[in-house]
Amino acid sequence: MNRAPLIFLGVFLALAFSWTGIVLTNQVAYGNLTPIYDDAEEKIFPEATPGVAQRGQLVYQDLGCIYCHTQQVRRLGYGSDIERGWGERQSVPRDYIREKRVLLGTMRTGPDLRNIGARQADSTWHLLHLYDPQITSQGSVMPPYRFLFEMRKIVGEASPDAMNLPSSYVDGTPLPPHSVPTEGYELVPTERAKSLVAYLINLKDTYAYPETFNVFPEEEAEAEQSEAPAEEGH
Amino acid sequence: MASALRIAQSLDPSTSPTSVSRAELSEIDASTKAPALFFLISSVLWLLAGTAFALISSFKMHTPEFLGDYEWLTFGRVRTAHLNTVIYGWSVNAAFAVAFWLMARLSRSVLRHPTLLFVAGAFWNIGVSIGIFGILRGDSTSIEWLEMPSYVTPLLFVAYALIGAWAIITFRFGKSKHIYVSQWYILAALFWFPWLYSIAQIMMIFEPARGTVQALVNWWFAHNILGLWFTPIGLAAVYYFLPKVLGKPIHSYYLSVLGFWSLAFFYNWAGVHHLIGGPVPAWVLSAGIAASFMMVVPVIVTSINHHMTMVGSFSALKYSPTLRFIVFGAVSYTLTSLQGSSMAIRSWSEVTHFTHYTIGHAHWGMYAFFTMVMFGSIYYIMPRLMLKEWPSAALISTHFWATSIGIIIYVAALSIGGVLQGLALNDVENYPVFMDIVELTKKYLLSRSYAGILITVGHLAFAVNFAWMLIAPRAKSSTAPTLFRNPSSMVITR
Repeated sequence: MNRAPLIFLGVFLALAFSWTGIVLTNQVAYGNLTPIYDDAEEKIFPEATPGVAQRGQLVYQDLGCIYCHTQQVRRLGYGSDIERGWGERQSVPRDYIREKRVLLGTMRTGPDLRNIGARQADSTWHLLHLYDPQITSQGSVMPPYRFLFEMRKIVGEASPDAMNLPSSYVDGTPLPPHSVPTEGYELVPTERAKSLVAYLINLKDTYAYPETFNVFPEEEAEAEQSEAPAEEGH
Repeated sequence: MASALRIAQSLDPSTSPTSVSRAELSEIDASTKAPALFFLISSVLWLLAGTAFALISSFKMHTPEFLGDYEWLTFGRVRTAHLNTVIYGWSVNAAFAVAFWLMARLSRSVLRHPTLLFVAGAFWNIGVSIGIFGILRGDSTSIEWLEMPSYVTPLLFVAYALIGAWAIITFRFGKSKHIYVSQWYILAALFWFPWLYSIAQIMMIFEPARGTVQALVNWWFAHNILGLWFTPIGLAAVYYFLPKVLGKPIHSYYLSVLGFWSLAFFYNWAGVHHLIGGPVPAWVLSAGIAASFMMVVPVIVTSINHHMTMVGSFSALKYSPTLRFIVFGAVSYTLTSLQGSSMAIRSWSEVTHFTHYTIGHAHWGMYAFFTMVMFGSIYYIMPRLMLKEWPSAALISTHFWATSIGIIIYVAALSIGGVLQGLALNDVENYPVFMDIVELTKKYLLSRSYAGILITVGHLAFAVNFAWMLIAPRAKSSTAPTLFRNPSSMVITR
């Protein structure tokens, strides 16, 4: 009795089942989502990502930011993403269609970054935060990214990009001497640091697509409940 | 029923000494020696590298300035290097060795074409080495579980294809007419892996799907590599070694078949529970949650089968290192799988998703289950390859206690820390400041590092014993197996 073919068939069907269901069906169902043209704003949404931000995404990927930061906002009533100010609305599939690599993430050691550009648009803040997270966020466990910056001798005029470091952290301890430029030296962000910041600042889903209007089942349910007694009264 | 009983008995590996001559078995074992040693030595080296990466990343999580100036060792890279080293380096190498050693024995086939396996092994290990190097220098794809840069994919794929081809040849030319449940698991796993891997590579890297379809492919792949690759290999080993060491048949043939098919059909839908609350169609999530619940069936069935096999033989745990590791792994399989099902409950996922709790769960599965089962298997296989015994029972004992206590502390610390983190994240009123939540988790992250040190001690004990065994001369006279203590009345079946 050779049951090998039968076992093989079963093994094939088992994975074919979810491959069809999870992968193929969804690829057909919404793998061709298109951007939306807004007549009033005369613009297409989601907007194209500027080149510098696209390069920044590559830096984000190579440094592994995804392992501590998500890029997805959950709906009101599920988690507290919106209450924390991580977004005005839930993230929807159309938000991601411009991205070559979708970086939803699964870990929130740090806060969600889907709308970081909307809540912190100051590039100086981001550069300081990357250089030494303790400057802007004391107590953070985020690693310092000093290697994205260059300590160099000032030749001729100082660079307009040169960083202005505070002399001490919020709690009054001074910055370690090796991270502060000495006399005649300046600290400048590299191209990678600048493009990463450009990417972060560009992260914001502020446009309200039609599908974002109908995403609060709780409110709907409440609305229905409040209507129900009125109908009984008739 | 009578025929079923007969089949069950004939399938049972522990009856092999009567139906297959011991001479044939040792001939088969001898034929596997060179390739099996190649994969096992590679796996142990990767285990040490993976442990080093693990410790560095763990320390960085509570002391971010630790090695803070080295770009190659920044957290996002070293953590990724850890995952890929222990998964594709340690676990896959060990899984290959155990899988084809079992296949050769169970198919009653001398290992043919060992060159195929050597070439495959060389391709695989060179591929993984380049991949880890690529991650450290900044070429990571940032796709979870698929971080190795696309330039190593062909190498890994060739390696894999050769191993798959080899397994089919061995199975096809085997003398055994029956297919034991371990072979089911191994053959299925060998078939599923390339499917998962190639689809994920194509739809995420070479021709990326649009938008969050990528996320669905990602978690379809990443969870199935656990459920349809590591889990079947781990279970195959448990199904072989448990009855083998105890010298009695597995409790129920029917339960093992039921366990196999329910795993095959439910597990592969479960992965999308990693996206609960995310921007993907709600029905897929519901299906994934349902499948996650259904996973209770294979898990309970399998654990009943294992437990009923163990009943009456618990005292053997005092003696046999293999059994102790395998039983630790089998129990962990049950517990971590039930935990996994519970994590798919929406209201519980709302708390635990995005927290350290998930990391604890991952280690419970990949370490406390899979890795412990591999340790147990290696303790059984090595003496049969080398024809000599493990040099030190004390080192085996150190290995067992350090790793088992270590992983228990690890999982406990991250589970408690993760739940507190999740509750705080959802509680804006009491935790409006994010940094307070970070502060809350620090002591649990520190405990995890202590657990990591303990596990490292265990790995060093294992590696020393392993290397010692490789170089130690063979005893002139016949030797007794290395056990934790010498049984006075009990005979351990070898």
